[in-house]
Amino acid sequence: MQYIPNILFLLLLVGGVGYFTMNIRKLIRNINLGLDVDRKDQKNIRFKNMAKIALGQTKMVRRPIAGFLHIIVYVGFLIINIEVLEIIIDGLFGTHRIFAPLGKAYNVLIGSFEILALLVLVAIIAFWIRRNVIKIKRFFSAEMTGWPKSDGNNILYFEIVLMLLFLTMNAADYKLQLLEAAHYVKAGAFPVSSWMIAPFIDGLSESALIVIERSAWWLHIAGILVFLNYLYFSKHLHILLAFPNTYFAKLTPNGQFTNSEAVTKEVKLMMDPDADPYATPDPVAETEEVAKFGASDVMDLNWIQLMNAYTCTECGRCTSECPANLTGKKLSPRKIMMDTRDRLEEVGKNIDANNGEFKDDGKQLLGDYITTEELWACTTCNACVETCPVSIDPLSIINEMRRYLVMEESAAPTELNNMMSNIENNGAPWPYNQMDRLNWVNE
Amino acid sequence: MGKAIKVPTMAQYMADGKLPEVLFWVGCAGSFDDRAKKITKAFVKLLHKARIDFAVLGTEEGCTGDPAKRSGNEFLFQMQAMTNIELMNAYKVKKIVTACPHCFNTLKNEYPNLGGNYEVVHHTQFLKSLFDEGRLSIKGGKYKGKRITFHDPCYLGRANNIYEAPRELLKKLEVALIEMKKSKRNGLCCGAGGAQMFKEAEKGEKDINIERTKQALEINPSIIAAGCPFCNTMMTDGVKNSKKEGAVEIMDIAEMIANAQDL
Repeated sequence: MQYIPNILFLLLLVGGVGYFTMNIRKLIRNINLGLDVDRKDQKNIRFKNMAKIALGQTKMVRRPIAGFLHIIVYVGFLIINIEVLEIIIDGLFGTHRIFAPLGKAYNVLIGSFEILALLVLVAIIAFWIRRNVIKIKRFFSAEMTGWPKSDGNNILYFEIVLMLLFLTMNAADYKLQLLEAAHYVKAGAFPVSSWMIAPFIDGLSESALIVIERSAWWLHIAGILVFLNYLYFSKHLHILLAFPNTYFAKLTPNGQFTNSEAVTKEVKLMMDPDADPYATPDPVAETEEVAKFGASDVMDLNWIQLMNAYTCTECGRCTSECPANLTGKKLSPRKIMMDTRDRLEEVGKNIDANNGEFKDDGKQLLGDYITTEELWACTTCNACVETCPVSIDPLSIINEMRRYLVMEESAAPTELNNMMSNIENNGAPWPYNQMDRLNWVNE
Repeated sequence: MGKAIKVPTMAQYMADGKLPEVLFWVGCAGSFDDRAKKITKAFVKLLHKARIDFAVLGTEEGCTGDPAKRSGNEFLFQMQAMTNIELMNAYKVKKIVTACPHCFNTLKNEYPNLGGNYEVVHHTQFLKSLFDEGRLSIKGGKYKGKRITFHDPCYLGRANNIYEAPRELLKKLEVALIEMKKSKRNGLCCGAGGAQMFKEAEKGEKDINIERTKQALEINPSIIAAGCPFCNTMMTDGVKNSKKEGAVEIMDIAEMIANAQDL
């Protein structure tokens, strides 16, 4: 009988971690639906970028207020997790505050967790006020209704509850230590909970305090496991994916777009004076699947772009810098990322429902999620790419989809078709004669 | 161009069995657009003044393919690129300078993978190096102390991280350099990139160049300095739209340097 809590704890832990692992495997499978792209080069620079941008938050602090608040929550999250380790050991082995023998160091540890918890609470409340009272514009775009809107607040509520449970657990523990209750070793320092929470449980009996301490302890760890499993369904996945995303991000200049290899092959053939148009086709090349130019659905994007979509935390900095969006156009780079994720999730569910095979559902990213009006509004200015705190590249998706529109569908706006036929005919986007190119010398 | 200034072509150099120090890639705007042609001429005057051994491709030059690529027409881009690369490789081109950030970005970043490997510099970088090497010099001049702001072209700034070369040139002109609230990596696009230059804007509340010009006019410059022929057009239209064309000029940095020297 005495092992029931341990067993319960083990079941809770295995269930929580197990379900999370299952979803992460699904996430990895979905990301791998994307085309391959090699990002294994220049490991040193990649590690440096990850250390600077994800770990060091260098791009977050470009907006100082949000950046500062975010660092508090981020550092709090990282450090308070040391406490989770103790909770897990205690839970599994029925111990209480297993790290207590660390003595003074333990006091410093618990004391600093408490201070961080308070700072996190303050920062979270500030975040909540920015979202719900000040109503900062970028949280109220067209794409920020329904789930994305409640998701943003849910995360804040989760974190408030977790911090309060942590402090309540400590406050009750502190009181029990003062009462010299059995099993409650005198350990830890409680610089926050002793004044913030303790007065509310003043004068309670030992057994009542034990109920409070145990309930807060169980709810806290259960809450953490629920929150862990919430990640997969939330924009909050960035806490994990920001690291690989910054590591694998493009290292070439922002302005450099990829050269499509499939096109290079065809253009070389067209330009080769020795190529025989009537030659018997190479049987090997013939059996290769004909490459599709550009992207109309998530499977045509590469895995980096799909990982980008899962990493996006919908902060909207991209959209708030986008010249098209700022002047009232429909394009929002954040929506491009959210649409990509939504469609990828839909494709993933389709695969789950059809025994691992994707069954055509008559839908695609282009048209059903992202409209051509959005795609043609982009000036390719890279403001979205430059500002993203976790190195997401919405522009690359926009360009892949334009490629599909132009090369597969011939669906460019008329003026662009005119521009392109000018280039074809006379080597300039305007209808001037190529032979007049040097006229300026004599004008 | 005055009679004294010759603009030789690569073909002429080839015929003489010589190679120029640098190829001046004029670009479509620089060749055909009336406003941009003035920038081309000003830059040629500076090249001449600095005794640079340069040549142009002339009638053999063709669009780099940038607007086609940004529109999604990778075929047309690569056709243009490979034709240009074949030509430039035949002329043994080593170094290219251009006054257009779009040509600059494409030649520098997107040509190497197709077999075109050149040292490519933007004209503001090139001019800066001429000053650094003492091949050009300037003292004060007509822009000294004037309130002047620089509009960062996206394809020079964010696309290639070049923010300082144009500003250092303005400092050489001893202008009072003022920055817009959005500048350098946060600079707002003029609205022309991504082939938007060649189409009507999608529907919205206003045009991007109007917004960008508003940001520039907020700080009361007498000149908005530019480093891109397309930004130049967009900002000029924006200033006209605000009925400020008498008060605020849009000038390329090359034009300003040439003017300051009375070239």
